Formats: sequence, C-alpha cells, structure tokens
Amino acid sequence: MSTSRQTEKVGDMDPGVRPDDAGNRPGSTVPASGTSDGAALSSQPIEPTSRKAKQGFRVTLEGLRAFYGSAEQVKGIDLEFKANEVTAIIGPSGCGKSTMVRCINRMHEEIPNARAEGRVMLEDLNVYDPSVDVVAVRRAIGMVFQKPNPFPTMSIYDNVAAGLRLTGRRRGDLRGKVEQALRGAGLWKEVAGRLDEPGAGLSGGQQQRLCIARSLAVDPEVILMDEPCSALDPIATLKIEELISELKESVTIVIVTHNMQQAARVADRTAFMLDGELVEVGPTNDVFTTPSDPRTEEYVTGKFG
Amino acid sequence: MSAPPTATDTLARFAVSPGRRRKDTLARAAIQMATVIALIPLLLIVYYLLKKGLSSWSTTFFTTDPTGNTFFKASSIGGIKSALLGTIEIVAVASAISVPLGIGVAIWLVEYGKNSWFAQTVRFFVDVLTGVPSIVFGLFIYIVLIVGTGSSYAGYKGSLALTLLMLPVVIRSAEVVLLLVPGGLREAALALGAPRWKVIFTIIVPTALPGMVTGVLLAVARAAGETAPLLFTAGATLKTNFNLSQFMNSLPVQIYSDITSPTPSVEQRAWGAALTLVVMILVLNLIARLASRRSRLA
Repeated sequence: MSTSRQTEKVGDMDPGVRPDDAGNRPGSTVPASGTSDGAALSSQPIEPTSRKAKQGFRVTLEGLRAFYGSAEQVKGIDLEFKANEVTAIIGPSGCGKSTMVRCINRMHEEIPNARAEGRVMLEDLNVYDPSVDVVAVRRAIGMVFQKPNPFPTMSIYDNVAAGLRLTGRRRGDLRGKVEQALRGAGLWKEVAGRLDEPGAGLSGGQQQRLCIARSLAVDPEVILMDEPCSALDPIATLKIEELISELKESVTIVIVTHNMQQAARVADRTAFMLDGELVEVGPTNDVFTTPSDPRTEEYVTGKFG
Repeated sequence: MSAPPTATDTLARFAVSPGRRRKDTLARAAIQMATVIALIPLLLIVYYLLKKGLSSWSTTFFTTDPTGNTFFKASSIGGIKSALLGTIEIVAVASAISVPLGIGVAIWLVEYGKNSWFAQTVRFFVDVLTGVPSIVFGLFIYIVLIVGTGSSYAGYKGSLALTLLMLPVVIRSAEVVLLLVPGGLREAALALGAPRWKVIFTIIVPTALPGMVTGVLLAVARAAGETAPLLFTAGATLKTNFNLSQFMNSLPVQIYSDITSPTPSVEQRAWGAALTLVVMILVLNLIARLASRRSRLA
C-alpha cells in the first residue's frame, strides 16, 4: 500500500504543503515511503478536479465480532473490500450491516458499552492494534451517515473546511482544497456563488453531498456510506449514485443500503448479511442473478426482509 | 341487514353532546381563571414597583452613596451607587468563577462522564445543590470563611456564596443544552478524524452556545437578586468600595436594610433600589431570550 502513497499525494497537492501531507499525518501509524517516480509525477500539470492519481485502500475484515454490552450483533465476519471498488452491504433491518461498517473506522466504540473483536485490516495495518491512533484511522476512512448532518453553526465553506481545520491541516491552500472537495462531491456548481450561506440551508440531497465533500476534504482512502440516500428523493439519490461511481476512481467505497436496486446500480460487489453473519459475497450481478445461498435468493427476490 | 343510515343519523353520531359542551365551557373557564389569578400578584408587584420606585429615580439616586443620615431631610440620605456597583462587582466575580467551572463540569458530564457511577453521583449532588435554600450557602461561607478564619465580611466572600448558588444552575442548564446537540454532529466530526477536544470546542460548544448563554444569564439574574447569601458574607456598607476583601454593599442587602428603616424617605429608597434590581434582571432575561431565539437547536 505504501508504494503509491506519496506519489499520488504529490500529484494533486499544492507543492507547498507536500512535506506535511506526504504521510506525516499527526499520530498516523500508516507508514509512508517515498518512491522514485514522485518527482516525475509532480512535474505534470496539476489538475485540481482530477483525483485519479490517488488509490483507495483495501480493507479486510478478519473474524470481526461486534457487541452492544453482551449482545452480539456481528458474529464473526471475514470479508474483503477491494481497493477502488464499491461494495454494497445488503440485508434486512437489524442484521448488523451498520454495526459492521461502523467497526471499520472504529466509530462503533463511541457507543457506550459497545466493543468489537477480531481484526480490521487497512492494507497491512490492523486498525484495532493497541498502538494505532483512532484519530488517524478515521482520517483515512471517511464516513457518510444516513441523515445529512452538516454542522449547523457553519457556512457551506466552513463545513467543508471543518474537515481540514478539525484535523489540524488548515495550512496551505484551504480555499483550493474546499473547492476541490466540493467539485469532487459534484456540488461546486450549485454552491460556488453562496459559500457563505449556512450549510443547513441546502436541500437534503445537497446537504448529503456537502457531507460527502466534507469527508473528501480530509482526503481519505476509504469512504463508508451508511444508507446515504435513505433520506433523499430519487433525483438526489441518482446524483449521489453517480458521484459514488466517480469517487471509486480514487477511494474504496463501502455502502450500506436497504435499496437493492441501488446496490445493483452502484456496486461492483455485493455482500448479503443476515442475523449478524455474512451469508454471501460476490460480484453484484452474480449475487442478484445466481445467488449460491437460498437465503440470498429469498431476500433478493423479495420473499422476506 | 339494517337500513342504510340516513343523513340525520350520521349527524347525530358526530354531534357534540350538550353535556360535553358544558364540561368544556366549565373547564376552559377554570383554566382561564387560574391564569388571571396568577397574573394578579405579578401585575401588582410591577405596578407598585413603578409607582413607588420610579419617583425616587434620579441622576443623583444612581450617582451618590447612601449617607446613613436617615433622620434628616430626604435629599441628604443619598442614593444607591455603592449597592449597584457592589452587586455588579460581586455577581461578576461569582460569574467569572462559576460559569467556566460549571460549563466545564457540564461538558465533562455529557462528553466523558456519561452514565458512569461518578457522573451519576455528580448529577445527584448537583440536583441536591439546586434545591438548597440560598441562605445555606451564605451560612456555609460564614462558618468557613468568617467564623472559621476569624476574619470579617468581605465582597469576595459574598461572591463565593453566590458562586455556590450559581454553580448547580449553570451545570444543569448547560448539561441540558449540550445533551440537545444531535449525536449525529458528534459522530460526523469524530468520523472526520477530529480529536475529541476539537470536536467539543469547534462543533458541540458553538452549537449549544445560545442555549448555554441563556442558562448562564438566568443563573446570573438569580444570583443578582439574592439577599440571604450576602447578608452575612459581604455585609452592608455605605461607601462605594472596589476592594473585594472589604465590606461590600449590594442592592438586595441595601433594600433589606432600607425597608426596615423607620424613616419614610429611606423606605422610599428601598423601592427605587428594588425597581433598579428588577430592571437589571429583566434586561438579563431579555438578553437570555434573544440568545435562545438564535438557538439552532430544537
């Protein structure tokens, strides 16, 4: 994973902030090693809207178990999320989809009495290793929630900049980074003229894209989406889905969804969960057309759930 | 089986019965009556304060100290300058201590303590302290800092008594508002990879700020009107005094001592001082309301 890390940063970052950003994330335990072709890449013209040079991280769950108090909600899952792919997690309500996803960036443990066992590998790094800084993990693994949650006290601009300010990376071309993140989230054209207006004043779909822009600003390698469209109308949903397909060029995406059509539209691979266990995972088309497990077939054909 | 219902049948089914109509009228009248009865004393207080207090207001009333020459003509008894400044000073010091401390406790309770046994214990004692009569705080400071050290009344001791009074109010009100901050904001900020302290200071506190200002101002207003904690901690004096380690006058104590005076003009001054105090508290309440109107929380 570390081979490409510096080169991709060099490609789309302001050269002035390169030393700070090239892997020296505060508290980060993700090692970064320079590569020989870094100089070659940096001499290329900088294209602010393109994030193609960047690579996502592969995420692997190994025997992941998650608990709320003594109740086991995720019961030992082994699952690989391939780099730069969209993996959809489907399954009936309460099957542990969200819990599993929240374990990946260690948000699960924010809930009182909640804990997780097993390993979540970010490339070669176990994010549950005691030496790992949870803050660094969350910078590498962004998250978009079910309900759009822009910071209500902040303008559109500040909402996106908050990602950078909150993570202590306010130096460099803040405005440029905000614009880049908003372009990345497909929101720039709609808000360019009113960056100072409150973020909460946008429509639901715009708010959700603002939240995506906010997580993009931190420049993560993985983005987790927990039913990102469940509060949105079909048109806003379509925009987010298009965005997801663009984003996977530069990040790995895990999306929890209740909407099987959505999974079919956006996901390269689909995993079906039931009762805290992984039933089946495979290329989306296979899972929907030729599922290997009868329970998957029952679910995707609408017999339950 | 039976014939389909006619229009009159349907109407009868949906009509309000006379009995229910009567009960409704009665209940409405009773509630309105209760509101009017409760308003009467409030209006009377405001009426008497304005009637009796406003006449003693003048520039000299606010710019001269009380003289203590209570047996001479009304013009020689002086104003309430020392009391007004004393109240402002004592309450300002009390706020300077209790507000940061109280908000700190509230942040700890909401963000860190949560439902731990220690946090629950703290909440229990804060609740108990909220209900403690104000004179008990005065008594506590009197026993510890005046009898205990063998020293005399002082402005800062009054401030400390008011600090104790304000602290539970500030903690409770700030905690309630902090709890109103949607958990989604906390999660969003944490998921960005922000350290917890930054989440608290850049997201949670600014979101809760208007509500916290309201709570703080209500605590200040309550403290400004308290007599009992000041009577035997800050004492009463005539001269304007900016030295917190000496006797310090305050509006409630001034009112208390004036109202017990046999001289009508001094009693009159008590009305003027009372009106001043009420206006001060009214202004604080108005600011608190304006602040809460700016709130972005439900």
